[in-house]
Parts: sequence; C-alpha cells; structure tokens
Amino acid sequence: MPWTRDQMAARAARELQDGFYVNLGIGIPTLVANYVPEGMSVQFHSENGMLGAGPFPFEGEEDADIINAGKQTVTELPTTSYVDSAASFAMVRGGHINLSILGALQVAQNGDLANWMIPGKMVKGMGGAMDLVAGVPRVVVLMEHTAGGKPKLLKACTLPLTGAGVVSMVITELGVFEVGPQGNKVGLTLTELAPDVLLEEIRAKTEADFAVGPKIR
Amino acid sequence: MAVNKVFPDAKSALAGVLKDGMTIMAGGFGVCGIPSALIAAVRESGVKNLTCISNNAGIDTAGLGLLLETRQIKKMISSYVGENATFAKQYLAGELEIEFNPQGTLAERIRAGGAGIPAFYTATGAGTQIAEGKETKVFDGRTYVMERGLVADLAIIHAWKADPEGNLVYRKTARNFNPIMATAAKMTVVEVEDLVAPGTFDPDHIITPGIFVRRIVKLDHVEKLIEQRTVRKRT
Repeated sequence: MPWTRDQMAARAARELQDGFYVNLGIGIPTLVANYVPEGMSVQFHSENGMLGAGPFPFEGEEDADIINAGKQTVTELPTTSYVDSAASFAMVRGGHINLSILGALQVAQNGDLANWMIPGKMVKGMGGAMDLVAGVPRVVVLMEHTAGGKPKLLKACTLPLTGAGVVSMVITELGVFEVGPQGNKVGLTLTELAPDVLLEEIRAKTEADFAVGPKIR
Repeated sequence: MAVNKVFPDAKSALAGVLKDGMTIMAGGFGVCGIPSALIAAVRESGVKNLTCISNNAGIDTAGLGLLLETRQIKKMISSYVGENATFAKQYLAGELEIEFNPQGTLAERIRAGGAGIPAFYTATGAGTQIAEGKETKVFDGRTYVMERGLVADLAIIHAWKADPEGNLVYRKTARNFNPIMATAAKMTVVEVEDLVAPGTFDPDHIITPGIFVRRIVKLDHVEKLIEQRTVRKRT
C-alpha cells in the first residue's frame, strides 16, 4: 500500500539527526515537524527570520508578529532567535542549515529540481526556494510520484529549474530514491519501496532511469 | 537648531520626499512588519510610476496591494507575489512589470547596496533562468552568478520602538527586511509602535542605529493583520 502523506513525512523525519538545523517547505514537508524523534534536538529555520520555530499557537494566543515562511502563526521556543532577512539567508547560503525538505513539480535523474513556475500560468515567484536548494548541502524532496497520471521523476525537467543538480533524495508515496554518483555521472537509485508496492508499479510510473538498490527484490 | 527626526504623522514624514517615477523599498514579509501608515500616506499623495522593492506585494486590502489598486506602481522587484489578485490581473494585462529575485538574493542585494558593495556572487539560481544574461564565474569548481547591489530613493519601514535619535528595535518576525532596507536608501522613514526617551535602549540591544534613519513617525494606533491564522487544540 502506498504511504499516506503522514507516512511520507515520517519517512522524511528519519533523515533528521540530533543537532540539525532544518528548513521545511510548504505542504507535506510541514508535517515532518510532527515526527521529530523523542530526545532529538532539531531546530526549524523559517526563512523570514526565525530560527527555532515552534508549533502553532493555542487558539487566542496568536501573535501577528510571529509567523513562519508560509505566513502561518507559530510560537517561540526557549531556543528561538530572530534575525533579519539577510542574516537568515546567510544561514542558508553559507551552508549552515543542514537539511532542506521541500516539494517539487519535477525532479530529474541528475538531481535537477523544478518547483517554482509553470510557463503560461500565473507566476507567483520562487520565494526562498532557489536559495535553499543552492545553499543547503542536503535537499530532500517530498512529492507525489505522479501528477494527473504523468510521471514527475523524469530523464530531464521540462519546467524551468529551481536548481541544477541539487536534489539528494526523493520520497514519494511509492518509495525512496537517492541521487548520487553512478560511475562518472549522477543518477537515481531506488532504495526503498512502500509496503506492498511492486517494482513494476514504480517502473510504470517513472520516466527517469534508475538503478535498483540491494534491499529491493 | 538640533536636528529633529520625529514627525507628527506619516504625511508630514514623507513631505518633500515623494516624486513620480521614484524607487521605494518597503519592509515586511507578507503583511508582517509592513509600514502600513507610510504606505497609506504614499497612496494619499497620488505619486505614480513607482518601482517598489518589497519581498511581497501585499494582499488586496493591505500593504502594497493598496498602491496596486490605485495603479501607482509600475514595477515590482519581489520574490513572491502569490497572495494578491489585483497584482495578477494587472500583470496579466501587461500593466505591471515584475522582476522576480530569489528571496535570499533580494535580501543580499539590499544588504550589499546599503554597505556600498556594487555586486556579489551567489550560487543561488546558477543553471536556472534567473542566471540568464548575468555574468557567471567559477570559484573552487562551482558556478556562481553575479548579482548587483540594490539601492532606492526611499525606504519606508516598520519598527517596534525608536528613540528620538532613530535607534530602532524590532519585534519578532516583524524584523525581516526592515533593518536592511533602512541602510539602502537615500532617505529612510520609519513608523514605530512606540517612541521612547533617549537612553531607554541598552546600546547593546539596538538593531538599527540612528545613522540609517532620517525621519520617524509614531503610530497613533497599530493594527496588525494575520494572513494565515493557524492554531492547535488544547489537549
């Protein structure tokens, strides 16, 4: 059975490590915050200038001056600090944020990522996505395997790129792919399948070439 | 006579400053930490053909959305404008120009502009359409894109508290682009929620020193908006 959105987030949470500073994108990635293992210290970076973003406030305790990058009301933690936007992106660009988990429209087998515009549709802007994928050393994509029945894991992205060769791992409802060196180039390796998902199903729903890891039958 | 930076209201704080075709930086992220009273005064003035540098374009009923409604803005330099229907309509009709900058690049362009740095290199956007037409250079095996520092004729910003010297502190995530914009304009006007007596601030805690602030207006009343009110249940 394919993973639910929460199960995808829980799988992504296994990429967290004690002491990590992590940026979560909008959508499924936001759910990852619910699956930080007990006893692990992880600080969430919100690119509008908050390090150590806490959970949503209790009703009646919302503060208009405490929001995350999705413009949602959040709360402070004992570890929280605030910075201006330039310092916030110095953390990103300088490689100080350990992990970025975000959504995607398309990912290519060489690690290219497209998630900010669809030509012909109204362009809303890239926000901080281009800075995050360029600056954070490990980028994990959490996305549906297909969109409208069409593969999103492609040989090459057809949409304008957010970053070139930036993705480290892709988690979909069907399984997990790692992006890494294969011989003298970069390629995808399928490393995990969701329960009862067959390799044939993944092959049918994936345009990209991929190797099959040793744990996959 | 000693310099007086404190003005009685937003209109007088902007008197003699506004000109058609000028470039204005406006602080804020979404509708958090936006200079609402100063934006209202710009709208009131009727000044037009503005280029506005701001992370977002406000919403239909607040922030720079108010200047879009009156068609005072010719061009926006922003990273994300998704929450504004007026913006979308004018853009699709070809009445509004937009230059998208990655958010961190926008912030660094402003920081650099304020620090007298004409250009810098960043890996952000390398290999994407953002890099098209820009100089690139390889450092240590990685490709970087040259981005220009950004300055403006006027910065309008929001801070929590000021003293009469123009030393500023901000409140929580309402800080965002405000401190860097304060440094990057020929004229910076700040609206504040509270004006405190000289010496009130611990000098170690001042975020923006008064050198960057020319005019101050204390708000009579402060209305803060929330774009996405998200809460959790008590268990």
